[in-house]
Amino acid sequence: MIDGYFSLYQTRSVNERKFSNFGKTEIGMQKTGFIPAIPDFTLTPRIDQVGAEERASRFTKRSIKKESKVNGLKLVLNMIDLTTLEGKDTEGKVKQLCYKAMHLHDALPGLPTVAAVCVYPTMVRTAKKALLDSGIKVASVATAFPSGQASKEVKIKDTKYAVDNGADEVDMVISRGKFHAGEYNYVYDEIAEIKEACGEARLKVILETSDLITFDKIRRASDIAMYAGADFIKTATGKVQPPSSMPVALIMLEAIRDFYYKTGRMVGMKPAGGISKAKAALHYLVMVKEVLGEAWLNNHWFRFGASSLANDVLMQIMKEKTGVYQCASYFSVD
Amino acid sequence: MPATKKKNVKKSNTIKLKFDTSWNYAPAPESKSAATIKKQYDLFINGEWVKPLSHKYFDTSDPANEEKLSEVAEANAADVDRAVKAARNAYEKVWKKMPAKERAKYIFRIARMVQERARELAIIESMDGGKPIRESRDFDIPTAANHFFYYAGWADKLDYAFPNRNTNPLGVAGQIIPWNFPLLMAAWKIAPALATGNTVVLKPAETTPLTALKLAEIIQESGLPEGVVNIVSGGGATGAAIVNHPDINKIAFTGSTEVGKLIQKSIAGTNKKITLELGGKAANIIFEDAPIDQAVEGVINGVYFNQGHVCCAGSRLYIQESVAPELIRKLRDRIETLIVGDPLDKNTDIGAINSKQQLDTIRRYLKIGKEEGYEMYESSCPLPAKGYWCRPTIFTDVAQSARIAQEEIFGPVLAILTFRTDDEVIQKANNTPYGLSAGVWTDKGSKIFNLTKRMRAGVIWANTFNKFDPSSPFGGYKESGFGREGGLHGLLPYVNLSH
Amino acid sequence: MEKEIKKSSLSVSENGIEKKISPKRLEVLKTYKIYIGGQFPRTESGRYYVAVNAAGKQLANVCLSSRKDFRDAVVSARNAFAGWSERAAFNRGQILYRMAEMLEGRKIQFTDELMQQDVPKAKAEKEVNLAIDRLIYYAGWCDKYQQVFSAVNPVATSHFNFSVPEPTGVVSIIAPQEDGLLGLISVVAPVIAGGNTCIVLASGSKPLCAVTFAEVINSSDVPGGVVNILTGKVSELSSWFVSHMDVNATIYCEKDSTVQKMMQDKAALNVKRVIFYDKINWNTDEGQSPYLIMDTQEIKTTWHPIEHIAGSGGGY
Repeated sequence: MIDGYFSLYQTRSVNERKFSNFGKTEIGMQKTGFIPAIPDFTLTPRIDQVGAEERASRFTKRSIKKESKVNGLKLVLNMIDLTTLEGKDTEGKVKQLCYKAMHLHDALPGLPTVAAVCVYPTMVRTAKKALLDSGIKVASVATAFPSGQASKEVKIKDTKYAVDNGADEVDMVISRGKFHAGEYNYVYDEIAEIKEACGEARLKVILETSDLITFDKIRRASDIAMYAGADFIKTATGKVQPPSSMPVALIMLEAIRDFYYKTGRMVGMKPAGGISKAKAALHYLVMVKEVLGEAWLNNHWFRFGASSLANDVLMQIMKEKTGVYQCASYFSVD
Repeated sequence: MPATKKKNVKKSNTIKLKFDTSWNYAPAPESKSAATIKKQYDLFINGEWVKPLSHKYFDTSDPANEEKLSEVAEANAADVDRAVKAARNAYEKVWKKMPAKERAKYIFRIARMVQERARELAIIESMDGGKPIRESRDFDIPTAANHFFYYAGWADKLDYAFPNRNTNPLGVAGQIIPWNFPLLMAAWKIAPALATGNTVVLKPAETTPLTALKLAEIIQESGLPEGVVNIVSGGGATGAAIVNHPDINKIAFTGSTEVGKLIQKSIAGTNKKITLELGGKAANIIFEDAPIDQAVEGVINGVYFNQGHVCCAGSRLYIQESVAPELIRKLRDRIETLIVGDPLDKNTDIGAINSKQQLDTIRRYLKIGKEEGYEMYESSCPLPAKGYWCRPTIFTDVAQSARIAQEEIFGPVLAILTFRTDDEVIQKANNTPYGLSAGVWTDKGSKIFNLTKRMRAGVIWANTFNKFDPSSPFGGYKESGFGREGGLHGLLPYVNLSH
Repeated sequence: MEKEIKKSSLSVSENGIEKKISPKRLEVLKTYKIYIGGQFPRTESGRYYVAVNAAGKQLANVCLSSRKDFRDAVVSARNAFAGWSERAAFNRGQILYRMAEMLEGRKIQFTDELMQQDVPKAKAEKEVNLAIDRLIYYAGWCDKYQQVFSAVNPVATSHFNFSVPEPTGVVSIIAPQEDGLLGLISVVAPVIAGGNTCIVLASGSKPLCAVTFAEVINSSDVPGGVVNILTGKVSELSSWFVSHMDVNATIYCEKDSTVQKMMQDKAALNVKRVIFYDKINWNTDEGQSPYLIMDTQEIKTTWHPIEHIAGSGGGY
């Protein structure tokens, strides 16, 4: 096993803080107190794009039928972070979204709820209240979402605001500009400090892969985020095109797997943006199953960030149940 | 310091991912009803189905359930003679006189008709040979059609293929193909032969004759002049009758090195041109700076594609020592996710071993490997009760001198060896009588070219493996044979050049 | 074996005119040895045969090479292969050109030897000229046949895919019996131009030029072992030439169908490439062609993925 290269980070206080947080805060996390060696991020594994895409397309060849399809679709519903992230969001809109989160399709009993609703920090309080004791988590984007172009102080304040208002989860964006400039220390420290600001809340780190462009950089950013303390790594904000893709998610899942083997610590995964069809969601499930296996096939470790996926999944479940193809008019949009 | 804090954590190598998940794939079998298999097939000679003069038929069965699929005529020497006469007649009277552009259009037409009947052909290929439907559907059948399409276009452009020379067809080509890619091999053989103006007598493999016979149906439907392509099923004796027929001008054989040598001996003293595409024991070399996860996938595709029944399979894996433990762990995880079973199930990754005989061969090597003392690891997937099956298997810490590292097993069995330096691995990789293919994985461009240049093999895959294309020449060095199939270079074995 | 020399019958020719040796000075005779690994050993067997002309005149005692000489030559050729095949093609061209230069400078000697072996003067001169020009021809091809016979293949996937010729390895050659110099050069030049190394059995009846040509090779920067020249009998050596497991290809230039059949049969031992040049007239342009280079080439196809970030997509 290669433990990578030790860096000066070992002696930095920020790391001590960060890693001491690991052991005591997380559900399901291995409570070890172990500080993994920080690798030299310029030496992260190389990715061959063509090979990665071939592998990703292989998952899409899996044929998911019958009970396996229904079970998979229900699992997908339960993994959704039902999302509204618009400049025109209002309390009214968020309340409706929360109701939908709890009542996906009452005509069809026995459905799970979604995992969380995902909103801007200003909407956290509203969402928290609306969801009551449904068990559905409230996730808040933070850190000057979606560009991340703000000072670290502002980002920390943004995060604390969300957490103070009751956010169970924080979806931060990394500083892509700093990343491209090669300032990996900055990116790392920022994530670590946001993690600290999160307190008990779980931190999802959005890489915004479409800004990173190459698979090598996506892998590198994944590693930085995980070593800096991310509870989840997440593909995209949904605000930049092209959206999340299977190969990109594969690179990140493989990074999670390698990190797990190296440190014993599980990190969650959240693809977001562009996943609007049930079939695509099932392909992602196939990928999780075959890359990470059983332990990640639940909403504690895997999420879909999506706004319109749920209804397509519902239509497919209904089709399996009734045997007839469905129409969108029969499923509530919000 | 990390070293002192490690005591609280489980050692990394005891951490294990669990792939036997609660969410599983339901069976997704392709429907057999989309394919028609006749109860009996005769010989396809001179554009017609004719009863064999041998009066004999043999069974062809589904290796996944050992059930008979059909019975197929067994051509004897007299049948072969009839086919050769038909081919000669078609050559002299029709095919060599036909304008090249017309010849091209027939081949294009065959390509299209293969595409139209792709689903049926895929199903039959998987039933007769045991390969997963995913492969026959996504690889074998489309690539076969593409081969016809590619070579069709060459027919009237041969002047551009050989500068300063005229091309002349050879006459009648006798072609003998193996059981691992039945239809694809038929296409590899027939397409360039027809494009260059030759006529054909082709013998499909004894265990997998059906798709070649379906191709005969297509050829009949296409209106190709009678006798241009003749398909005679049979076993070794039929093949020998083709090889030894005095009126054949060209022998093209794909199969084992052992039989290839026999054929090379048999044609001694004749003027027959010969192409041999024989066995291999490809080295697949992974350096520490490789794109590891893609390399893992390359290894998987390299040795488990088509149950390992691939002459260019990457069956000798050389891993640089510094990354060997990580890579082996990843390979073990990966083979846990390979699904072995019903070839017609769309989720099957590894189908049935082609025949009882081949399964026995593979098992013999597994026994040898264990006896030689190498650590064997096979996946834990369940196997069906009936049929011929073999789990994906890895041997680690294998020595260069081990039989499992030297001999072609032709099954889903990988021998893993380690190395330290570039020179060492180049020497070890070339340390084999074979020379069909090789693979190299590294992120460093100049190293790739060093390796690809120094590997003594006909096809080198760098940062990929087991890729094929009609435009890409394929064939071996050394005991892996001679002559190329595919691409511009695949035309040469079927022409004489003159000023 | 001591060489018996009757002084009175000795004559040398100069520009085709025979003249008696002056009794004042004893002519120094050349010992015709074989050429292995850049050295001029005698045959390990100690055997010889007498080369005679049509009139029965003894020309020289020539090594009757054995299978062990051949074996040693294969070792030299194999050792030389890596270095020669990996040389820059341009450099191989320079060396072949150098061979031509050396040959040009020794035209008279070669013409003389051919004439001793019954070739009329005009024909001998023509043969030497053609031999020089043939070396020049192949010197020029050394860095060009790859371009003519390579291909970039437009595969459908996102890969760069190209096919190039590479030398097949060690080639054993039984040279044409008729044209002692031109025949030898015509078969050796394309083989070494293409980066192979070879062992060539010279014409049994006209061996003198072959041995002298070894001297040209030796003084032309051709690394030892690239060309190994044996003299001897086809009937003794041909089966060894084609059965050796470390020889990749065999070239045979005569029409003897028994030998041809034997060769094809034995070649199967290691799937050797067997090439017959039994219809080529080496005295014409038909005797030279890049296709002859290609006869001892393999085609290697290499694949590599092409990243298609930022929308390039596909191959070539």
